[in-house]
Amino acid sequence: MSHPFRFSDPRRARQLGDAIRLLAPHEPVKLVHVCGTHEIAITRNGLRRFLPETVRVLEGPGCPVCVTPPADIETAIRIGERGAIVCSFGDMLRVPGFGRSLDAARADGCDVRTVLSADEAVRIAEATSREVVFFAVGFETTAPMTAAVTLERVPPNLSILLSHKRIPPAMAALLDLPNTGIAGFLAPGHVSTIIGTAAYEPWMSGRRMPVVVGGFEPLDILYAIALLLRQIRDRRPTVENGYPRAVEKNGNLAAQRLLDDVFEPTAVAWRGIGVLPMSGYRFRPSFESLDARARFDVGEIPDSHDSAGCRCPEVLTARAVPSDCPLFGARCTPLSPVGPCMVGAEGACAIWFRYDGERLL
Amino acid sequence: MCLAAPARVVSVSGQTAVVDYDGVQMNARLETLSEPVSPGDYVLVHAGFAIQRMSAEDGEATLRLFDELAASLGSAPTGS
Amino acid sequence: MNDREPRITSLHGAGGEVMDQLLSRLVFPRLAGRASGRIPLSAGDDGATLDVPRDGELVFTTDSHIVKPIFFPGGDIGRLAASGTLNDLAVMGARPFALSLAAVIEEGFLIADLERILDSFAASLDEVGASVACGDTKVMPAGDLDGIVLTTSGIGVARRAISDAALRVGDRILVTGTLGDHGMALLAARGEFHLTTALRSDVAPIWPLIEPLLDQLGDAVHAMKDPTRGGLAAALNEMARKSRTCIEAVEADLPIRPEVLGLSDLLGISPLEVANEGKAIVVVDAHAADDALRILQRHPLGVSAAIIGTVTEEYPGRVVLATEVGGRRFLDMPLGDPVPRIC
Repeated sequence: MSHPFRFSDPRRARQLGDAIRLLAPHEPVKLVHVCGTHEIAITRNGLRRFLPETVRVLEGPGCPVCVTPPADIETAIRIGERGAIVCSFGDMLRVPGFGRSLDAARADGCDVRTVLSADEAVRIAEATSREVVFFAVGFETTAPMTAAVTLERVPPNLSILLSHKRIPPAMAALLDLPNTGIAGFLAPGHVSTIIGTAAYEPWMSGRRMPVVVGGFEPLDILYAIALLLRQIRDRRPTVENGYPRAVEKNGNLAAQRLLDDVFEPTAVAWRGIGVLPMSGYRFRPSFESLDARARFDVGEIPDSHDSAGCRCPEVLTARAVPSDCPLFGARCTPLSPVGPCMVGAEGACAIWFRYDGERLL
Repeated sequence: MCLAAPARVVSVSGQTAVVDYDGVQMNARLETLSEPVSPGDYVLVHAGFAIQRMSAEDGEATLRLFDELAASLGSAPTGS
Repeated sequence: MNDREPRITSLHGAGGEVMDQLLSRLVFPRLAGRASGRIPLSAGDDGATLDVPRDGELVFTTDSHIVKPIFFPGGDIGRLAASGTLNDLAVMGARPFALSLAAVIEEGFLIADLERILDSFAASLDEVGASVACGDTKVMPAGDLDGIVLTTSGIGVARRAISDAALRVGDRILVTGTLGDHGMALLAARGEFHLTTALRSDVAPIWPLIEPLLDQLGDAVHAMKDPTRGGLAAALNEMARKSRTCIEAVEADLPIRPEVLGLSDLLGISPLEVANEGKAIVVVDAHAADDALRILQRHPLGVSAAIIGTVTEEYPGRVVLATEVGGRRFLDMPLGDPVPRIC
């Protein structure tokens, strides 16, 4: 029996589509989400077909692998070159840093392994005496799991290359970039399960920016878009919970405690955007021994800058869609990617290539 | 990476539950739930951890939200 | 190896006494005795003769099988090797007649496992009434090969061979059963995801399902294809490209088991892009669609058969998916089967 949380019946979809058309303003509006899983749900289900021409929904920096700075990738590669086993998520391995990727390093002899979780890295470390490093990438949905693992008995040969990021600061940063023209945010559902809707308030205060937390079923997304358009119509911008079955105002306090016990927020670099305050994590002093950056001397790493030659930075900041990039689908494909957006499983370019993001009429 | 699935709790043993998602069973850690769960409850599972407890009634409530919004705009007959 | 279980050694592939014993004790008793040619398998000659029916078209096909794990829920490499080739013949409209079986085996392979595989292979043949006419055995040193590789070639006879390209605008498209079972079952069985499920591979020879369809509908069956590697998405795209037509598939009509949907959600892999090993895509004239469905559903292998789409000319060479919720998008040729070593 299918679980009771599939929401995709076409009748309700038509009704929500009608609601969207009734609420949509006459002038164009750009709505931005920051979650690859939202983009996958939108393109896979063909949801843009329900939106009038004036309403556009774009993915911003919602792909953790895509926004991992080249400096972090280079650090991971150099750690691998020093003989450690480097464990990371599958699509992270193929993203080019400063011209080279972990996957290429593996072909050159580094021991690089795909893992599905921090737990798996622990199991690998328990089975060897060699140094093992977990490349911890992901947003606030994933960071608590890294924290949980850190608080358990960690094998002495395991360390963590911390690259987790926090979403609300990135949303605020988009508003400060020129020419973004964002009318509202569709906030990520499961990040919000962890951080709560209240977490967006400080970042959005004074901005008069509509924010609706949305789920991932097709009807959840249409519903959240309708709520955003209603806020825009009513000129009543607020942080609104469009996914109450999974998100509460204060979020998951136990998960937040885990994060707080192990990490403290700090400024980190986002590929394509730059350094954003309070947008990542560093280990608290009592856990610094687990910091792979402290354990391994990898020498000077250049400042993060992007030389991919494609429009990933604009795609990541919701100022372009994949088909705006001249390399998309031509020189840049999943088999021969140029920039991170085509490599990351949640990158807009990879998703559009896979599900053909253009809207069918 | 936001991939989280609402799975039904089959059994609970300490801080671990066996959960079922459409006939696929897996373990889920319960340390990040603030309330206990029992077989028949639903939990949102991400990377092996249950991050939110849900009930089947939540599913019903969600449908009501969709219908109320549509009705308030006249794009659906009320009470349908 | 110092356990007491008998294992394959290099001598088993060396062409001498030890290999002869393997053949006479293990292979021939299981595989011989089905064909009627003058010089049969059990003669152990350099080749075998076949009494192939003369009317119709002769169809010839080949496949190699490297699936891992070799024993999986619902089947094993033996059943997979037999079904793969039997089904290639079936979807060409050909009654399977005779197969060859070549095995390359890693030194150290358990003989008991080989026996299981051969039993499985033989049982699959019997479901269709085909025979093994010839074969080969080679052994590679331990570590030079992963377990076992089977290669099967097959001969069948078709009244009129059916291609995968003769689609016409207006035709309806059917699938003979649920999609994605084999690929997802293998993924779940590999253990690295710590998921358990009762889902089994659908591996099975489907000639018994196809034969009545061809007998009763004849030329109304325009094209067939089996959606193995790359799944339904790859197969439909190939058919659309070759025929330069458009295929419009309806997501809500695709038969997919809940466990397959569940695994798909959990692993982020589409059930439309993973292999099926006991299914066929059948393209029929519009007026024959309901009959085709009825004939398929009457057979145990076809109970979940469904009409899933139509051939149009809207976007020639491409496949369009009408999504369950009411959207539309292209269903593109996947880069490959996301599950490695699946067949």
